[in-house]
Amino acid sequence: MSADPFSNRKPETGAFFQRDRLWHPPVFTPGYKTSVLRSPQKALLSLDNTLSEITGPVFGHNMLGDLDNDLIHNFAKPGESAIGPRIIVYGRVLDERGKGVPGALLEFWQANAGGRYRHKKEGYVAALDPNFGGCGRTITDEDGNYAFRTIQPGPYPWPNGVNDWRPAHIHFSVFGHGFAQRLITQMYFEGDPMIWQCPIVKTIPDRAAVETLIAALDREATIPMDARAYKFDIVLRGRRSSLFENRLEGN
Amino acid sequence: MVQSLNRLKETPSQTAGPYVHIGMTPNFCDITGVYKEDLGATMVNDKTRGERITIRARVLDGTGTPLKDALIEIWQADADGLYNSPSEMRGAADPNFLGWGRKATDMDTGECVFETIKPGRVPFKDGRRMAPHISFWIVARGINIGLQTRMYFPEEEAANAEDPVLARIEHKVRVPTLIAERGADGAYVFDIHLQGEKETVFFDI
Repeated sequence: MSADPFSNRKPETGAFFQRDRLWHPPVFTPGYKTSVLRSPQKALLSLDNTLSEITGPVFGHNMLGDLDNDLIHNFAKPGESAIGPRIIVYGRVLDERGKGVPGALLEFWQANAGGRYRHKKEGYVAALDPNFGGCGRTITDEDGNYAFRTIQPGPYPWPNGVNDWRPAHIHFSVFGHGFAQRLITQMYFEGDPMIWQCPIVKTIPDRAAVETLIAALDREATIPMDARAYKFDIVLRGRRSSLFENRLEGN
Repeated sequence: MVQSLNRLKETPSQTAGPYVHIGMTPNFCDITGVYKEDLGATMVNDKTRGERITIRARVLDGTGTPLKDALIEIWQADADGLYNSPSEMRGAADPNFLGWGRKATDMDTGECVFETIKPGRVPFKDGRRMAPHISFWIVARGINIGLQTRMYFPEEEAANAEDPVLARIEHKVRVPTLIAERGADGAYVFDIHLQGEKETVFFDI
């Protein structure tokens, strides 16, 4: 190992808890049409983790640029900023045992305040914001905390049904410490009536699971005259304790 | 009532969507000036130990059409079979090789290319050696939760025959879905089929 940011911690060598596939969306969800031809039809091969899944890449804070966690400014011309409701998104990355996950790389992307993505495949008529790129990233601290600044994205129409609209959302890509923890999800906003009519949200069968994707407005974390704040915690797979597991000689 | 186990539920997955590039490979989709280089675009440098290899990968849908908006990440051991990870207890991996790479599939051809090294063998839990392999993780619009699979090497017939993971595949006719082919130019060609007769074996791991 090299450049280990957690060298004073007990090494994490246990396998991850089995993933609860009934909590996650199934692969085949006809209400979300694109899944129909992109969903495996055969049963997954279930295996306990090997070293190839217990391990995973970790990234050091030195890879981050000063504005990586500031979407209001990281694409803007000097002295300018993105248009839209200014917000802070913050929270913790935890594992299923409730422990903070330090050194977790988070990447996020989103539409601008009008609901328009900066992408050549985007077909919505809403205007591009010349000062908004839509991407950012950060790495959690020792306790698993993270925060970034952005503008609140707008809802937008998409070609699924004739008149389907996505609720405002921010995409998250999350790395833990093992490749089997790799996760992509979307964060929604408290109080948005668009959440419950969305075919992509509805791929998740359990309402309680959807509720874990809805960030809470936090007036106490709001910065006066600057930005409102939303809290979004993320939970990654936890590891089994390896205390009583047989270990290879030399391990 | 009994005591609570105090466990949390894993955050549910949602699709990466069609604009995955904005967040994960922004330079690939012409959002420049935010990050110098797309993370995971370069896997090896001059000092990386091991045999250089090229992998050309595609992801095909149920009609056999390559996905032009997929994103693939790979994770592998170094040439000696060590992972560059704090969870690797057997020794220090090659400091010039992270072992992780990421590519978006081409918006016209659906192909992506990884320039890496051939990994060494890694032990299974019981000490038997697994055949050289690379872990794949695939996300895209229409994929609700990232798909996990592995690529093995066609010239490793003996090692593949004793690999404990390949041995777990009940229908032997499906084993070749995890073994790359060798192109005329020497590159490994790995087609991942999401559906159909040639559907790739995906793992719940």
